[in-house]
Order: sequence, then structure tokens, then C-alpha cells
Amino acid sequence: MNKDNQILEELTSSEYKYGFETLIENDSAPKGINEDIIRFISAKKNEPDWLLDWRLKAYRHWITLKEPKWPNVKYPEIDFQDIIYYSAPKPKKELKSLDEVDPELLETFKKLGISLEEQKRLTGVAVDAVIDSVSVKTTFKETLAELGIIFCSFSEAVHEHPELVKKYLGSVVPMTDNFYAALNSAVFSDGSFCYIPKGVRCPMELSTYFRINAAGTGQFERTLIVADEESYVSYLEGCTAPQRDENQLHAAVVEIYAETKAEVKYSTVQNWYPGDKEGKGGVYNFVTKRGLCKGYKSKISWTQVETGSAVTWKYPSCILKGDHSTGEFYSVAVTNNYQQADTGTKMIHIGKNTNSTIISKGISAGKSQNSYRGLVKVLKRAENARNFSQCDSLLMGDKCGAHTFPYIEIDNSTAKVEHEATTSKIGEDQIFYCNQRGIDTENAVALIVNGYAKEVLNKLPMEFAVEAQKLLALTLEGSVG
Amino acid sequence: MLKIKDLCAEIEGQQILKGINLEVHAGEVHAIMGPNGSGKSTLASVLAGREDYDVTAGEVEFLGKDIMDLAPEDRAREGIFLAFQYPVEIPGVSSNNFLRTAVNQIREYKGEEPLDAVHFLKLMREKMALVEIDQKLINRSLNDGFSGGEKKRNEIFQMAVLQPKLAILDETDSGLDIDAMRIVANGVNKLKSKDNATIVVTHYQRLLDYIVPDFVHVLYDGQIVKSGDKNLALELEEKGYDWIKAELSNPIS
Repeated sequence: MNKDNQILEELTSSEYKYGFETLIENDSAPKGINEDIIRFISAKKNEPDWLLDWRLKAYRHWITLKEPKWPNVKYPEIDFQDIIYYSAPKPKKELKSLDEVDPELLETFKKLGISLEEQKRLTGVAVDAVIDSVSVKTTFKETLAELGIIFCSFSEAVHEHPELVKKYLGSVVPMTDNFYAALNSAVFSDGSFCYIPKGVRCPMELSTYFRINAAGTGQFERTLIVADEESYVSYLEGCTAPQRDENQLHAAVVEIYAETKAEVKYSTVQNWYPGDKEGKGGVYNFVTKRGLCKGYKSKISWTQVETGSAVTWKYPSCILKGDHSTGEFYSVAVTNNYQQADTGTKMIHIGKNTNSTIISKGISAGKSQNSYRGLVKVLKRAENARNFSQCDSLLMGDKCGAHTFPYIEIDNSTAKVEHEATTSKIGEDQIFYCNQRGIDTENAVALIVNGYAKEVLNKLPMEFAVEAQKLLALTLEGSVG
Repeated sequence: MLKIKDLCAEIEGQQILKGINLEVHAGEVHAIMGPNGSGKSTLASVLAGREDYDVTAGEVEFLGKDIMDLAPEDRAREGIFLAFQYPVEIPGVSSNNFLRTAVNQIREYKGEEPLDAVHFLKLMREKMALVEIDQKLINRSLNDGFSGGEKKRNEIFQMAVLQPKLAILDETDSGLDIDAMRIVANGVNKLKSKDNATIVVTHYQRLLDYIVPDFVHVLYDGQIVKSGDKNLALELEEKGYDWIKAELSNPIS
């Protein structure tokens, strides 16, 4: 431990005068991070010893690491001792009707086409007992249980299915993987766990269930999806509705594990608070997402629509270990005002005849900076690996930036790797053409942007794609003309 | 329908239109001809409301309304359609989606209910047959990778769907072979009625063999210097624009 950390340690433990036993009665941990805080979190969640040990190991590794500085983003230094790492979810103040909700927020919901029921849920309005989601939830749960599908909170999984969690936790993203993954491993609060047994095709988008089930995502979320042999699941995380959160730092981890001939389709729409028009506030979203195509002919597909956060830093990746396995990455990342995004993917070809596809569409507006960073790596024994990458950037206005950092490392001469990149601007010509047909500028931008991002939006589950389209338009509202 | 009075416009400080006067009534076809750089396309753009041009003087009245303060989209919604000389490509956007947005925004402006999918498709099919355009073209991204001829045909198709009061065809014949020109002209003729009007902006007479104008105006150096019937176009074809230039410099003849 270096000197700084020692000092920090002393400082925090001196504040920490009530001791561990008293603390457990509280709902929140004090600010800062140390081993006692981790013990507190683990005890709060009533975790088995092996998980506490795992967290502690992660913490001990984390304190040896330095915050990564290589992403093409700038933000003020984060004081990791100024963060509260655990606070019990506070029940939101319940409102009687939507009339009590901020009209601006309702307007946004309307533009996104979010149903009234869902609007109520998102804003914490009491839901009509008849259509209470509990009953819907039970139906889903029953259907899933009949098939042997496990889908529950991470904490629940730790208690109900410890053997599975123990086997797969950290198997794709090791606790030592990187600075934020190590931090997450030490302090993760909760998240989701999903297991699809052998030969089972999950009959529904887990989105539907998830969206009803979502209790508000945490600051250090952890998701683990395991698809056993010949199973299939389409999983959706996130929400198009704007999410405001008082936690500035979000460091989630998502692990996907695909056994032989299993297929996992993971879609996400991220719309965290991006800060105001001057760039004040906003969420830092530093996420580690990785999938392991462990088995023969397994397949993992990432689709992401990133519109929120002040700073986004993430690379959903695929490790193509199984022969004939496939990895896909489809991404739309929009930045406006002072937002910054450094996002992309890594495709690591290890098995023979592995195949990967990368389609990345960046859209920059305002004074934002949007970077694509991608790695295609073909290892020595990965015979006949194939990759196709397409990285497009669309610029709106002349104060924003688009950057592309493609890395290609090939150790096998049989590999075929293609990379295409384009940069274009929304032209005044295009806008005027739309105007001349009676389409106002706002709708023109929506049309043009959605046309540009179509290849990616088409990969989203149907009902979500429609919302995502509206979200793109909304994010870019007022950025042209 | 359209009254242009002493219209002057400039771009980047350079005066292009120097007092245009023109009156177009419903049911009429006007041709505006003139040598390159005389201001033909500028006139079309200014009428459509393109912001690159500054209107420095004059008035334009459309259906009794002063339109110079209207945004381009509102002029379109009032019934002005510009068939572009260079139609713009919008990748990833189908004609279907584009036109449906346009039709419904125009309807909204007029206080009408939006067209539902069924009625919209019916309208599309009807107009596709009318202007003889292939479904395949409609299914593709708007103008993306279209040939010159395909783009122009698509302009006429859009005109058929949007049913404007006044259509301005800006050099619609440029880049077309004779067959494509005939198809485009056929489309325009079929859309002609006693309630709408057409302004054909062209450099060459040949399009006017197919779209027969009631009036021909010669635009030269930002002004309409001569007007006549369709025979004026033939005369121009025969004698070239130098004849007009000569006539202007020698006012006695």
C-alpha cells in the first residue's frame, strides 16, 4: 500500500468511530472505501464467506491499480473516498397521480411514446391495483420457472443458486481485469442473474420482464448471464426514459457466458443524465461488458444505443474461444452538448473458424467528442478467423469531434479482416430537401439520423427499436438550425 | 396563383435576381429559359425559401398570401413543390417513410388527420402507377445510389404523392436521355390540371417538346427580358441566346 492510501485509510478509519457492529444498523455506509466498508456491504447482504473473500481480494487488488488515463475523455479527478458505496434503496415518495410529476419529464415520455402505466411506474405514481405489475410478474416468473430458467436479482442468486454464481462469477471479467471492474467486484451492490438451462430457448425477450421488474439500477451493478448448451436468450437492459441519478459514478460489470451452441443476444439502451447544456453534472458511465463464447458454435451479440451520460467509457467485447463461434457488436453512440463517449468493442479470436462483425455508428453534435475504439485480435491458433468492421461517424455542426481508433493484431495468416470507415455530415442540403417536402427541421434530423443508424436499430427488439428511434431524435433536438 | 413583383436577391453580396416580374395563373404552364448563370435556378431556390439567398427587394404572393416570411416547410405545405436539379441522397431512409412523414406534416398543417398506413399505401400505389415508377426504386434508400434518371423520376413521383398547387421543375431534363425525359414529361403532363400550375426551368428547348408551355420567358442577367408563347422557345433553339443578347444591346431593332 502506498503512502497516500495509508493516509486515506487512517483518515477514513478515524471518522469511522462507531465501529462495525453499530454500523450494520444503519441504512448507509459512511463515505469512502476500505475493508470494513466491504465487510459491511457483504454483511448487509448476508453473503457467504466465499463471496466476502472474493470482494476483499478484488479490493486488495484495486488499491494497487491506477485509474486508466488512456480513454479520449476528460473529466475532473474522482475522489474515491468521497463516494458512499452502500445505501439501502430508499422507497421513492409515492405520488397520487401524474399531475404531480414535472411536466417537462412527462413531455419527454410523450415524445418517446412510453405508455401511461409505465410513465407512472417510472415516476413513482401509485399504479392501479388491477393492472399492477405484480400479477404480470408472477405470470412471467411461472413461465420461466417451468422451463428451468433462472432470472432474479444477483443477491437472490447468491442465496438460491450459490453453486452457479460461484462457478461463473468472474469467469469472463476477472476481478483483476481493470480498475473499474476491480472496484465493482469489491463493492457491487446488486444486479441481475440469468441462467438458461441446456436446450432451452427462452420464449420471451427478457426485456419485457426486466422493464416491469426494474427497481432502479444501482451505481455498481453486476450482471451475469449464463447460457448453457444449445440454449438461447435475448436480454435487454436499460430504458429509453431519461434516468436521473444522484450517483455520478457508475461502474457496472456485465458477464455473459455461452456454452456450446448457445446464443445470447444482449441489447441495451443507455440514457443516463448527460449533464446540462453547459456540461455541468451528468453521470460517468464506466462499464466493463464482456462475453465469452466458450463452446463450439456459440454466439454472443451486443447491441447498444448510447445516448446518455456525461462521459461514457465502455467496450462490450467477445472472446471467441469455441471453434466456429460468432461475436457481433452493433452500436449507436450519440453525443451532444458537452458529452464525451469513448466506446467500441474487442473481438478476440482464439478458436478456429471464428467470425466477428462490428457495426459502429457514432453521431456527434454540439461540442461533444465521440470516439470509436476497437480491437480485433486474432491469436496464433485461430485458423480462418473472419472479421468485418464498419465504423461510421456522423457530424452535426462544426464544433464536435469524431475519432476512430481501430486496433488490429493478427497472428495467423489465414485471417480475413475487413475494415471500413466513413465520416459524413448532416448537410444543409439534406435538411432543405426535407423542408421543401413539408418536413420541419426537427423531423428532418430525426429521419436522417434514424436512416443512418438503421442497421443497428434493426437489431433491437421491435418495440424497443421504435422508442430508440424517438430517443435519438430527442437527444439531438435543437442541434441543427 | 403566383405573383412576383420586382424580386431582387443576392448570394454572398452578389446580386443575382435584379427585379423579376412574373404572374402565373392556375392551369398554366410557364417555361423559364435562359443561358447559364442568368439566375434561373436562383429564382427556383428563392421561391422555395432556400436560406443561402438574401431577398433584398420585391414581393412574392402565393394564393393571395405573402410567402417571403414563411419557412421553407410552410411554403411546401402551402403547395409549392420544387423538383430539384440535384435531388439529395438520404441513406437509410425509404421513400415510404420520407413521403409518409411529408404527407402527414402537410396534413397536420392543414388541420387534417394523418393518413393511416393503409390509405397511405393506397395513395403510393396509385401514384406509382401514374408516373410509371418501379416499386423497387421506392423500397430503396431515398435517392441513394440512384442514377440521374432515377432521381428525376423519383422527384416527379414525390410531386404526384404531394399534389402541389405549384410545381417548379428546376432543370429536370438535365442528365436525362430521351426515353427518361419522355417518362418524366409524361408524369408531369398527367399531373397537370386546371387547378394547378407548373413552372419549367430549363436551358434547352427539347423538354418543351413534351411539356408544352403556355408561356415562355427568357431570363437574362437576373431579369425577364422577353416573354412569348411556345414559339419563342423554338426561336431560341434556332438562334441561340446570343440573339437575345444582341437584341438587348441594340434596342432599336
